[in-house]
Amino acid sequence: MRNKIRIASGQGFWGDLIDAPFYQVTKGEVDYLVMDYLAEVTMSILQKQKNKNPKLGYAKDIPELMKRILPICVEKNIKIITNGGGVNPIACAEAVMEVARELKIKKLKIAVVLGDDIKDRIDEIISSGCELNNMETGESIINVKDKILSANVYFGAIPIVDGLKQDANIVITGRTTDTGLTLAPMIYEFGWEKENYNLMSAGTIAGHILECGAQSSGGNFLGDWQSIPNMAEIGFPIAEAFSYGEVIITKHKNTGGKVSFETVAEQLVYEIGDPKSYITPDCIADFSSIKLEDLGNDRVKVFNVKGSGPTDFYKVSCSYADGFSSSSTLTYSWPQALTKAKAADKILRRRLENLKLQFDEIRSEYIGFNSCHGPLSKEIDEEDLNEIMLRVAVRSHDYYSVERFGKEIAPLILTGPPSVTGFAGGRPKPSEVVAYWPALIPKKLVKPVVKIIEL
Amino acid sequence: MKIKLLDIAHGRSGDKGDASNIGIIAYDDNGFEIIKRYLTEEKVKKHFEGICLGKVERFELPNIRALNFVLHDTLGGGGTVSLKHDAQGKTLAAALLRMEIEI
Repeated sequence: MRNKIRIASGQGFWGDLIDAPFYQVTKGEVDYLVMDYLAEVTMSILQKQKNKNPKLGYAKDIPELMKRILPICVEKNIKIITNGGGVNPIACAEAVMEVARELKIKKLKIAVVLGDDIKDRIDEIISSGCELNNMETGESIINVKDKILSANVYFGAIPIVDGLKQDANIVITGRTTDTGLTLAPMIYEFGWEKENYNLMSAGTIAGHILECGAQSSGGNFLGDWQSIPNMAEIGFPIAEAFSYGEVIITKHKNTGGKVSFETVAEQLVYEIGDPKSYITPDCIADFSSIKLEDLGNDRVKVFNVKGSGPTDFYKVSCSYADGFSSSSTLTYSWPQALTKAKAADKILRRRLENLKLQFDEIRSEYIGFNSCHGPLSKEIDEEDLNEIMLRVAVRSHDYYSVERFGKEIAPLILTGPPSVTGFAGGRPKPSEVVAYWPALIPKKLVKPVVKIIEL
Repeated sequence: MKIKLLDIAHGRSGDKGDASNIGIIAYDDNGFEIIKRYLTEEKVKKHFEGICLGKVERFELPNIRALNFVLHDTLGGGGTVSLKHDAQGKTLAAALLRMEIEI
């Protein structure tokens, strides 16, 4: 049994730097590559793709990526763990196997974690007494049942550990917690008891630090951001995990970016609620217990992590169709850029009103002035403003109203205030609004299943 | 004496549904004492008037000299429902760091 492993973060979201996983497995030694592809809305997008083509529904970047990294990972025995299986992890695994065959790889074992997709089980779950009430509003899911696009349970590390125990080179899951991807290899390699909640929390926190890719190694760093070297070739984070529960966050040498107390601390506070109660399927981690020590040379020790046992529930993430939205922009130049943009907005709203269109919301923002900080934005002397981009967005349950809105933007160029440009790409089309429905489900109602596919 | 929050702290913000969380980290212990004392829920709520329409919750992480604020009803519905340019509240940490504190 090993007492130290190196786990590399390869992706922080679907759409992250495409070459990052390649560099993680080539620029230095690592034992595991973990890749998080799933944001809250990603599952519904994948579900739509699967509805159109039953062979889709996973992160399509994966097979392409595997062409580059699979031979390296097989040779160096680097195991890959990803939740990029989305709503179709089996199809994802088969696509990876296809790549392996093309590359003439002789031996490969993929573990696929299934059972998180409960979209077709909603009725059965409701009739068993669990109404999947919205965690934020308390409302029963029955009211939106017919509009559900996707429904997935967040599994933790344990199903991945089961896959690793069966000697899988790759573990592909559907909806697994981002943190579980990193915790799993620690449980597997170090033989951690899943009832040792301090250790579960230590691995979970390492996962939280890795889950957003370079956001812990100098990317999107709000401190002294200009001090971050060579962001162009930023190194993604690596967790050097020790069997006794300490973790050192670092990155490969000869890469850009920075791992420091500050860069890690910023990631620790990212998207958390009560720090004493960071709930996952594996444990409840206490972020206020963590100690960070900056060891210098892009190494930060994370230790003293405490935690307690998990709840009897899994979190469920459902998405449902909730109307349509559209947005468009126009750019106005000096002089009086803001006054012109505001006048154009007024004209547009009057026209939408005259057309008797129905909107749930119309929102106008002035990019270059207040689109980020709203009423906190400083007043500006218009003489100093070179240009302003007007951005108008609408939302409605009436498709026609949103579609018609899209036809009212371009006319503003010839029928509104002057020195306007920047309308390109045609009329904006309505896109479906996907609303998010978080709920809880008793753990006993769902069972993760691990399927092995072998070459 | 007036202190710019930006000079004594950094941070990061993001989304959880329609709520935004803003983590503010002081650069040193003295800075942490200042933010702990002056950056109250009420003050943050008032700062975000017109942006945060719900309640503000504050949590402490003295281990990393940080405070975490959860601003409810802030992102115009959250996710793909929100029509905001910054629908995920990514720039709200910077918005909080605009604050000046009288000490």
